[in-house]
Amino acid sequence: MKEPSNLKEDVEYWRWHEYHRVVEGKKWTSKDIITAGVDVGSVGSKAAIMINGEAYSWGITRTGSNSPESAKKALDFALEGTGLKVSDLKYIVGTGYGRVNVPMANKAITEIACHAKGANYIWGPSVRTVLDVGGQDIKAIRADETGRVVSFLMNDKCAAGTGRGMEVFADLLKIPIEEIGDISLKIEEEPPPVSCTCVAFAKTEAMGLLRKGWSKEKVLAAYTRAMAVRMANLINRVGLEKELVVTGGQSKNIGIVSRIEVILGVKTLPMPKWRESGLDPMVAGALGAALFAKALYEKDQKS
Amino acid sequence: MKNMITHYGYTDGSGEYYIVIDTDRCNGCGKCVKECPQSALQLETMFIDLEDKTVASVSEEHRKKIKYTCSSCKPERNSAPCVLACEGKAIRCVWNSR
Ligand code: SF4
Ligand code: SF4
Repeated sequence: MKEPSNLKEDVEYWRWHEYHRVVEGKKWTSKDIITAGVDVGSVGSKAAIMINGEAYSWGITRTGSNSPESAKKALDFALEGTGLKVSDLKYIVGTGYGRVNVPMANKAITEIACHAKGANYIWGPSVRTVLDVGGQDIKAIRADETGRVVSFLMNDKCAAGTGRGMEVFADLLKIPIEEIGDISLKIEEEPPPVSCTCVAFAKTEAMGLLRKGWSKEKVLAAYTRAMAVRMANLINRVGLEKELVVTGGQSKNIGIVSRIEVILGVKTLPMPKWRESGLDPMVAGALGAALFAKALYEKDQKS
Repeated sequence: MKNMITHYGYTDGSGEYYIVIDTDRCNGCGKCVKECPQSALQLETMFIDLEDKTVASVSEEHRKKIKYTCSSCKPERNSAPCVLACEGKAIRCVWNSR
C-alpha cells in the first residue's frame, strides 16, 4: 500500500490520497471466477477485484474529467501487483454516476444495488440501513439480510452535504481533508448548525462567521452538524433499522458519523480497520458490483 | 420478500416532498410518464434480483426541485395526475409541509 506523503505548506487541502491494495496471502488460478466492479463516482473512481466472490484487490483514484479514462485508471490500479490482466477478468460490472462510461464493463448496474450488496459483504448480514455519502449526492438505502434493497432515497438538493462540499470547506479553512472530521470535534460546545442551503451559500456564511471571530473548529463543527442533520433526515425517511453503516468517501469523516449517531440515537457498526488490512468502506460500491459480476457470470454459464 | 420502494425528493426547512414508487407494483407501463404535465417522470432500468426491470422514476433534473415541479398538481391531496394514472397504485406523493 502506498502511504500518504507528509503534508506541506503549499498543499491542496481538499486532496485526499489515492491508493491501492492487494489482499495478502491470496492466490488465483485460471479456474477461479475472477470478476471486477468499477465504480466511477463524481469525485472518486474505485475498482475492486474478487476471486470467487472474495475481495482480492482494489484501487481508489480521483475521477478526472473523462469517465472512461477514470474507469480504466481505477481498474489498472486495482490490477497492479496482482499479475492479472483485464483479459483474465471473467465479468466486469460498471456502477456509479459514470457507469454508462465504463468501456470494459459487460454490464452497468445502478449504484444503489451495488452499495447495499457491498455493505452487506463488508459488515455482514446484520446491516439494514446504509448511508452512502458520495462526492455529489447522498443515498439512504434500506436492505434485507441478503443485501437486497428494500427502500432507497437518493439525492439531496445540492452538493452542500456531500464530499465535494467538504472539499470546498477544507480549502476555505486550510485544513487537510483527512483531518477535517477530528478537527470538527475539537470544540467545547456544539454550535448551532449553519443554514447551509448550498455550497456557495454555506461558504459565504462560514466566511462571515470567521470574520465574527469564530474559530475554524467552531465553523467546521457548525457546518458538519448541518450536514449530519440533513443526512439523519434522509435516513428517517427510508426508515431507520439497525444496524446502520456509512459508506462512501465521508464514511471516514468521524465528525459526520459521530454526529449522525447522536442525532439518531444509534451507533453505527464499527469501521473496518481499512488502514491496516481491513476492507475500505469507500469501495463498497465496487465490491458490490464485483459480486453481481460473479452472479451474472454464473447465470450466463447456466443458460 | 419486501417490495423495493424508491423515494425521489428531499426534506428541507419547509417540509418534506417525495414521489414514492413501489418498484414491485410498477409494471413500467409508462402511463404516469405520459400524464405528468411537467414531464418530471421517466422510465428507468433498475437491477432487481439479478434482472433488469423497467420502472418509473423522477428525472434527475426534477429531483432537486420537486416541491416546485409538482406544486400545481396539489400533491398533498394524493390525486395528482401521476397517482390517478397508475392502475397498480405504484406511485404516490408524500407531501408534508411544516
Ligand atoms: S403508471 Fe404506475 S405502473 Fe405505470 S409506469 Fe407509472 S408507476 Fe409504473
Ligand atoms: S405530482 Fe404532478 S408534476 Fe409531480 S410527478 Fe405527479 S403528475 Fe408530475
